[in-house]
Amino acid sequence: MSAWRQPGLWLPLLLVAAAAIWPAFGNNASLRETIFTMLMSVALASSLNILLGYTGYVNFGSIVFFGLGGYLGFYTVSALGWHLLLAVPIGGVAAATLALLLGSAVLRLRGAYFALATIGINEAMKALVINLDFLGGPTGMNLNFSIYQEYGGPAQALWLTYWALAVITLLVIVVSYLVKKSKFGLGLMAIREDEDAAEVMGVVAPRAKTTAYVISAFFPGLIGVLFFFKNGIIEPESAFRLHLSVELLVMVMLGGAGTVLGPVLGAAFYQRLRGLLLTSELFKNTQLVVAGVLLLLIVLFIPAGAVGWLRHRFAPLRRLLE
Amino acid sequence: MILQVDNVTKQFGGLTAVKNVTFGLEEGEILGLLGPNGAGKTTLFNCLNGVYAPTMGRIIFRGQDVTGYRPYRVARLGLARTHQIVRPLNELSVRENVVVGACYGREGLGLRAATRVADEVLELVGLHERSHQLASSLNVAQKKRLEMARALASHPYLLLLDEVLAGLNTAEVMGMLATIRKICERGVTIIMIEHIMHAIMNLSHRILVLNYGELIAQGAPAEVAQDPVVIEAYLGNPEMAEKLLEEEEI
Ligand SMILES: Nc1ncnc2c1ncn2[C@@H]1O[C@H](COP(=O)(O)OP(=O)(O)OP(=O)(O)O)[C@@H](O)[C@H]1O
Ligand SMILES: [Mg+2]
Repeated sequence: MSAWRQPGLWLPLLLVAAAAIWPAFGNNASLRETIFTMLMSVALASSLNILLGYTGYVNFGSIVFFGLGGYLGFYTVSALGWHLLLAVPIGGVAAATLALLLGSAVLRLRGAYFALATIGINEAMKALVINLDFLGGPTGMNLNFSIYQEYGGPAQALWLTYWALAVITLLVIVVSYLVKKSKFGLGLMAIREDEDAAEVMGVVAPRAKTTAYVISAFFPGLIGVLFFFKNGIIEPESAFRLHLSVELLVMVMLGGAGTVLGPVLGAAFYQRLRGLLLTSELFKNTQLVVAGVLLLLIVLFIPAGAVGWLRHRFAPLRRLLE
Repeated sequence: MILQVDNVTKQFGGLTAVKNVTFGLEEGEILGLLGPNGAGKTTLFNCLNGVYAPTMGRIIFRGQDVTGYRPYRVARLGLARTHQIVRPLNELSVRENVVVGACYGREGLGLRAATRVADEVLELVGLHERSHQLASSLNVAQKKRLEMARALASHPYLLLLDEVLAGLNTAEVMGMLATIRKICERGVTIIMIEHIMHAIMNLSHRILVLNYGELIAQGAPAEVAQDPVVIEAYLGNPEMAEKLLEEEEI
C-alpha cells in the first residue's frame, strides 16, 4: 500500500519501534517498566486523539475504557483461567461495546456538556464495579501467583505483556494514520470544524462520531488488560483514575491534537517530564498541578500543539509530519 | 416536477417565520426567492434541506417525501445548499472543504474520485489557485465561492443559493452570475435568494416573493416587479422599492 511510503506513517512507527526494542538489549527490566509506561501513554493518547483531535469531542473520562477492559480482562484471566492473549481482545470488545451503547446518546451533547458527561460515565462505571461482588467490590482482585506457570514464570509473563503492548501501540499508530487519511477521517474533521455544516454536506455525523468513539475506546480496553495483568492487582480506584484521563488530554494537546505524531511526542515528553518530577521531593505531590499549568499554557499559547505549530511554521515539514 | 412544497409552515415559539407556503419547481428552472429582511427566506431553505423540520406541511423532492429528514439524508438525495453566513471548515484546506462535499454528497465518491471532482469545481468557481490554503485564510467573497464549490461538488439535482452575491463587488458579482449560468446549463435546478434585483431579475425564470413568511406573489420576473402587492411589501424599505421600480424602467 502507498501509505507505507509516507513519512507521516513510518516516522512515528519508527520512533515507537526503536523505543520498544531498547529494553530487549541486556534484558533490562527496569528500563522495560519505564518504556511500558511510555508506550501505554502513547497508545492511550493516540486513541484519545481520534475523538479529541480528529472529531473535536473532548473526552475527559476516556480512562473508563481502560478500566472496564482491565476489569473484564483481569476477571477472565484470574477467575476463568483464560490465557492473557485471549483476555486482551475481550477487554477491547467490552470497551468498544460500552462506547457503542453510550455513543449515540452521549455524543448528542456538545462542548462542555459532552466533557462533563464523560466524567459522569467514568464515575458511574466506578460505582458500578464497586458494587459488583464478582469483580471484587471495593477491594478489587488479585492475581494468584500460580497463574504465571502457564507463561513459563513471572519474568516471561511480564515480557509477553510488554511485547503485546508494543504491538498494540504500533497498531494504534497505523489505525490513527489510516483514519486520518481516509474519507471517514475527513468526515470526522469536517464534524470537528463545524458539525452542522458537515451534516448539510451529507456527513452522517451521529454514525461517524459513534464510530470514532468506538475506535478510541477499543484500544484502551485492550491495554487495560495488559496493564492490570502486569500489576497483578486491580481495584476501582486505580482502574478509573480520572486524573490519568486529564494527563492524557495534556499529552495530546502538548504534542498536537489532530496529528498522528503529536500524541506520540506529547506522551513521550510528558512521561519523561513526569519521571524527572517524581524523583524530586518538591514536585512529587504536585504532578497534577504541573499537568494543569501545562494544559493552560498550551491552550493559551500553542493551541495547535508542538507538531501543529511546526507544521504551521515550517511548510516543508508538512510532508514529513502528519 | 423536482420539488413540491405543500403548505409548509415553520414556527419559532410564537413567531411564524414561514406560513403556508406552497409552490412547485420544474427541473432545470432557476427560481428567484425575494422578500424583505426577515421575510423567512432562509428559514424556508432550512426547512427544505432538513435543518429544521417544518411545523406543518410536506416537502416532496424527486417524488420522495423528505419532510423531517435530517440534513445529511437530504444531501445524499441530491439537494445541496450554501449558507448566507458562510460556514467554512476553517482548519481544513480549501480543497479538503470541497472534497467533503464530493465525498458525502449525492454520489458519495471515494477520496480519489472526490479530489478530481473538487479540482474541477474549484476551477469552475475560480478558486483553484487557492486550493492548498486553509479555508480560514480566504476573504468573504472567496468564502462565498467556497460555499458554492462545496455544494456543487456533491453534484446535486437541486441547489439552494442563499445570497451568494451579497457583499461582493461588481466584478465579483458578474463572475458569480456567469458561474451560476454555467451551473444551470449543466442541468442543475436552482433556487436563489438574492437582494440584488438586476441579478435575480436577469437570471430567474420565475420569482417567488415572501413577506412575513407568506407567499405574496409569484410569476415571471417582469410581472412580479409590477405587482402592486410586491411594491407595497417593499415600501417599508424605500431603497428596495426604488430598486424594484428602477427594474421596471429598464
Ligand atoms: N432559529 C430561529 N429561532 C427563532 N427565530 C428565528 C430563527 N431563525 C429565524 N428566525 C426568525 O424568523 C424570521 C425569518 O428569518 P429568516 O432568516 O428566514 O429571514 P430572511 O428572509 O432570510 O432574512 P434576511 O434577508 O435578513 O436573510 C426572522 O424574524 C428571524 O428572526
Ligand atoms: Mg436570510
